[in-house]
Amino acid sequence: MKELTCIGCPRGCTLKIERDGNGWSVTGNTCPRGREFAISEMTAPKRTICSTVRTAFPDAPVLPVRVSADIPKDRIFDVMDALKTVTVSERIGRGDVVIPNVLGLGVDVIATSSLLRHRPE
Amino acid sequence: MMYDVIVIGGGPGGLAAAISAHENGAHVLLIEREARLGGMLKQCIHDGFGLARFGERLAGPEYVERFIDRLEELGIEAHTQTFVTRVEKTPAGFAVVTVSRDGVARCDTRTLVLATGCRERTAKQVFIHGTRPAGVFTAGTAQHFTNLLGELPTRRCVILGSGDIGLIMARRLTLEGAEVLGVYEAKPTPSGLTRNIHQCLHDYNIPLHLSHTVTRVFGADRLTGVEVAEVDETMRPIPGTEQRIDCDALIVSVGLIPENELAESLGVPLDGHTRGPVCDGQLMTEVPGIFSCGNALHVNDLVDYVSASGELAGKSAAHFAAHTRDEVALTISDDFGYLVPQRLDRTEDNSGVTLYFRSAAVLGPCRVVLTIDGKEVWSRRYPFLRPPEMQQLTLDFDKLGIAHARDAHFTIEVAEA
Repeated sequence: MKELTCIGCPRGCTLKIERDGNGWSVTGNTCPRGREFAISEMTAPKRTICSTVRTAFPDAPVLPVRVSADIPKDRIFDVMDALKTVTVSERIGRGDVVIPNVLGLGVDVIATSSLLRHRPE
Repeated sequence: MMYDVIVIGGGPGGLAAAISAHENGAHVLLIEREARLGGMLKQCIHDGFGLARFGERLAGPEYVERFIDRLEELGIEAHTQTFVTRVEKTPAGFAVVTVSRDGVARCDTRTLVLATGCRERTAKQVFIHGTRPAGVFTAGTAQHFTNLLGELPTRRCVILGSGDIGLIMARRLTLEGAEVLGVYEAKPTPSGLTRNIHQCLHDYNIPLHLSHTVTRVFGADRLTGVEVAEVDETMRPIPGTEQRIDCDALIVSVGLIPENELAESLGVPLDGHTRGPVCDGQLMTEVPGIFSCGNALHVNDLVDYVSASGELAGKSAAHFAAHTRDEVALTISDDFGYLVPQRLDRTEDNSGVTLYFRSAAVLGPCRVVLTIDGKEVWSRRYPFLRPPEMQQLTLDFDKLGIAHARDAHFTIEVAEA
């Protein structure tokens, strides 16, 4: 049996998971997301990444971005390296795609702010 | 120019207050000292915001820009790069004196919402010995450098304090290629949320040293190292346990303090536990016409709660009418860290009062009990209470008989082991 802390929300439930025949038995979760998280942690752990990318604009040198869905935990630093290769040169907005299908992982890197649209007076 | 409501502070609390006051029919002005609205969330690029409100895991800017868009859609007047220097009481309400690039101006308002947020406690407030080199940052300053300016402030650092911003920055700096040697926490339990201990420290093999503190910094121009030591139960360093660690920065995440200089200048009494104004169920302070919300009221761990308190303060300010209050205090036992609001005004509707509280220490299975005039009228069981994890609950005080109560007292009963 393994004990985990759910990272799905700030409640941070203490989860207990163990093999149950072909499936898993999860206890301690207070919602279905906890069960999903525990099983994913045992089989293929996933995480989200939030970071920044460089821009061509001196008034806003970096633009915050995130992946559009969770990625395998062991690919976090590969995606970080991919982000370092990008310079945003257009005044894109929140939700716009910065890198489509990053590293073929099936998720996009998207902008999380429209700060480039805010021009200094 | 006479406004119904002036909101001071353009972070998540102030934005929610301005929108809600406008939607409740008020003529509103929002004042923000920075160039862009959004407050601290501009630099909180990590995700996890808005789960309670939108059912989505948003990054800080995504969350707050939804409110900025709404503010603009509604055409609410907002002055940025405008600093409030003084507020004075007038017969009709308040005169707010500001300075901006247009010079000094005065705006009059019937009511005020103070959404001034909080400030980080600094290294100066935790008494570290040694030199005063560059390289000592609060976690928020390190976050500003990294996430807004795109400059990595350290290559190899030690973090003092296990507050959430410190944990988030431990992960952020690691992702950007810096080496985080460890997080040192003087208390025997972490200050941040349990999930952040896991997703920010454990995921990246960053060690957390509880009951340890930084006792000294070294370096002439730039920091070259720190000395850490184990502490006893009274948080005093234990002689002989000192250890020197070579690094180029010390990042301090040792708590947040509500910013209430303006409130104090107006004679608004503060609560010693929250360090925010004493408020009633409508979030009105003890000075009629002045309301408080967000992290100026008490330090929240979820922005969703900040927005909710802003909405309530804005709505209450829009509907404010001078009246004689009939107040009853909501008192708490020593097991509580704090409880907000601290009072109820019995001339108001108290059928759905949202309370926020923290326990003073980590507690196992327990029962929170409300006693009115010595009689237990309500209770709720909790599997555990931890000071970093704020609790929220909504009670119908009218039904519980607050109308004729002499006192209302909250206690926590810990189950026998």
